[in-house]
Amino acid sequence: MLNKIYIFIAVIALFSVSNTFAQEHNEHVVKTISHDENKKHIDESTHHGEKLNLKDQIKADIKHHLQDSHDFHIWKNIGFPLPVILWDEGLHVFLSSKFHEGNGVVESNGKYYAISHGNGHIYKTDASGEIEHNEKGYETNDKPLDLSITKTVFMIMITALLMFLLFTSLAKSYTKNGGIAKGFGRLMEPIILYIRDDIAIPNIGQKEYKKYMPYLLTVFFFVWFVNLFGLTPLGINITGNIAITFTLAIITYLITTFTAKKDYWKHIFWMPGVPTPMKFVLAPIELLGTLIKPFSLMIRLYANMKAGHVVLMSIIGLMFVFKSWIGSPLSFGLAFALSLLELLVAALQAYIFTMLSALYFGAASEEHEHH
Amino acid sequence: MTIPSIVGAGLIVIGAGLGIGKIGGSAMDAIARQPEASGKIQTAMLIAAALIEGIGFAALFAG
Repeated sequence: MLNKIYIFIAVIALFSVSNTFAQEHNEHVVKTISHDENKKHIDESTHHGEKLNLKDQIKADIKHHLQDSHDFHIWKNIGFPLPVILWDEGLHVFLSSKFHEGNGVVESNGKYYAISHGNGHIYKTDASGEIEHNEKGYETNDKPLDLSITKTVFMIMITALLMFLLFTSLAKSYTKNGGIAKGFGRLMEPIILYIRDDIAIPNIGQKEYKKYMPYLLTVFFFVWFVNLFGLTPLGINITGNIAITFTLAIITYLITTFTAKKDYWKHIFWMPGVPTPMKFVLAPIELLGTLIKPFSLMIRLYANMKAGHVVLMSIIGLMFVFKSWIGSPLSFGLAFALSLLELLVAALQAYIFTMLSALYFGAASEEHEHH
Repeated sequence: MTIPSIVGAGLIVIGAGLGIGKIGGSAMDAIARQPEASGKIQTAMLIAAALIEGIGFAALFAG
């Protein structure tokens, strides 16, 4: 266990080494970030011909928080750049701190890239770094294939590492300690048993549940940990990103489809026990239902976490709107109460996702004896 | 945000609130009648509430 902690600290130290390398740029980085943001606000406000007010600034801050980013910006001038990996007729790899040098254009193997301040995406440009916008304000430049380690990807890696260390140490402690869990993993043992005894077995059945357990446990702890990370002041929003929940839902869909037995398909295409004309009506509905199930999984997790972040940040923003003695205690009290609620929601959404996945797996692997 | 979408969002919240409230109320009744089955009732309640919530959020984001 102690070894694992050392490895973890070593990994963190490794990252902080790259951090100190970038330190000389960092102050500059953050200054340019805040400078650029101010400039962006001013640009936008002068562009639309109206004065920038506080509410717009709060809205812009919330929008900025919900976005993925190429920098890991923690607090004031603490943070570190993350690697940018682009595929554009060849591989381009550089640190995102390069975007904050000079006029914000990075030259890599004869190609020029710039970050759009509107949505944080990387666009192809020329040496001047001009990103063109159409009349609706969308960027019209071409995009390279962006495989960067962004803030979201970075935190997913951290979560994966944490889960790997936690659960391998738990598994090893059983053999070392005579069948009794030891260490921090012990805290997770009741949750693992809960997922097995109260989610997997009742929904999937005694016979089939074992082959689904690895996925159910992984998805539960991944979603839960990532949701909890989202509540820390690190300002990350992983499950509030529809690409992440889409991937999770797709995995559930693929497992359901590829482990499905004969009866599952029979109930979709040729529903037993209904009159024949109805079978033709039910088949497309049932087929659509198989797609709606993972779709609702995706939307539910994404919308819950995103809405939670938006509401929490709006309540914190109230403090600046009120501008009187009543604002701060009110905002603090509401934000505190809502954070507690979000702690519950973080666990509840992980539970619901696992529960519904188990339900779908159960429907897929069920065997009917009555016909 | 336009006025129709604000009214729509309000209607969605009313509908979802009514739905989840009804589920919660029924679950309370059921638990009061059969306290020994409260575990199972809670699970079923959470699933039903999550399904309604999912539709509610989908509608909010569409609006």
